[in-house]
Order: sequence, then structure tokens, then C-alpha cells
Amino acid sequence: MSVKLLYFAWVRERIGKGEEVVEPPSGLTTVADLMAWLAGRGEEYAFAFENPKVIRAAINRVHVKASAPIAGAAEVAFFPPMTGG
Amino acid sequence: MPATIRLQSADFDAAAEAALLTRGRTDIGAVVTFTGICRGDEAGAPVAAMMLEHYPGMAEAEIARHVEEAEARWPLLGVTIIHRYGRLVPGDSIVLVVTAASHRGDAFAAAEFLMDYLKTRAPFWKKEKRPDGVSWVDAKSGDDTAADRWTERRPAAE
Repeated sequence: MSVKLLYFAWVRERIGKGEEVVEPPSGLTTVADLMAWLAGRGEEYAFAFENPKVIRAAINRVHVKASAPIAGAAEVAFFPPMTGG
Repeated sequence: MPATIRLQSADFDAAAEAALLTRGRTDIGAVVTFTGICRGDEAGAPVAAMMLEHYPGMAEAEIARHVEEAEARWPLLGVTIIHRYGRLVPGDSIVLVVTAASHRGDAFAAAEFLMDYLKTRAPFWKKEKRPDGVSWVDAKSGDDTAADRWTERRPAAE
């Protein structure tokens, strides 16, 4: 299952790209699993996800918790807490 | 209820947007406009400029969800939200919230609700340019507290 990943703000800067398409291994069930898998993909990913508790996520453009299932996700985004307004 | 949501790099005219909401209507008795402006200092440190990054597609959708929620909570007769992105300098407008209702209480409450949620839930991120370098703005716990007060608290199940 391929998933489009989007990164914003310092998550994007640490990883060095704003988006990519990945093929996560089967067995990953939650957003937290996906973050843990990404953190193992290289130094830049380990840096971006070094403190997963502060990273927010969205699936298909809706905010989700780290415990949310990723089954059926076409687009998953990772970003720091928002500072708009 | 007419609702307008726009994300743009260009500036906006708050008075013109408010006039658009009320034009030709006689049922509106209150219009509240809130404009957020880029400050020239943050916690005592000067800010030279700001870059606002956003998540295109989700930002509009997320704001629309909050407008729907505001409409469910208060009898609103119109809402306009404009959020800018890109490079802004002190004095520039960042965000506009306009709410229209029959009575001021509903318009004030809805505008405050929408701003509190824009601060904490709309996917925007600010990066500030200061004399000592460039850094992402940290989320403020006070903004979370402001947003949380709109959440209905239910007693925990025994």
C-alpha cells in the first residue's frame, strides 16, 4: 500500500523534503507505528521524529491522534503544533 | 448562511469584507470584525519579518469545519475568514474573521471561537526572522487553553 506523506514547518526542514510517496511494510497499524518506521529511515528522519509526542498528524486532511489507524490513508501529513491566526 | 473562506498571500480590506456580508440585508444587527496583525516584537525581541507556511487543501477544509461548528452553536447570518500566507512584515494584516448575526452576543462569541480554533487547529506555521536568526514560533499553551474553553467538559465515566 503506497501512501503519500507530507511534511510541514520544521518537520519538513529536518527531513529535507516536503512530500514523498512511500511503501510502508505491512504490520504497521497506527500513525505512531508509521512515525517509528519513518524514524528508522535515516539520520534526517530520526532527527525529525526524535520526539514523536510533539508531532501532530493528519490523515486525508483531517487531524488524527497518534493512535489512529492508517488503513485506507491516501495522504498522511506530519507537522509541529500549529501557530496560525 | 453565506460563508467565505480564503487563503491568499495578498492583503485584504476588512471594511470592504464586512460591507460585503451586510450589503442588501436588513436582518443583520451586528457585525464583528477581528484582524490579527504581525507585531514588530515578540516577548521583547524585535521581529523583522515572518514567513507563514500552510497546508493547502487541509487549511481550507479545517477552517470550513470550524465555521460549520460555529454555525451550529450560534445563529449566524454570515462568516468571512481570510488567512494570509507567505512573507509578512510588522504592521501587515495576517488574518481576518468577520461574523454577522442579529445580535452582538452571538457575533462576538462566534468570532472569538473561530479565532481560538484558528490559532490551534488550522494548519499554519509561523517562522520569524529576528536579529539573531530565523526560528519557528513555538505554540503557546495559552492558545490551547483559550481553545479548550469551548470544549464541553463531560464528567468521566465511573
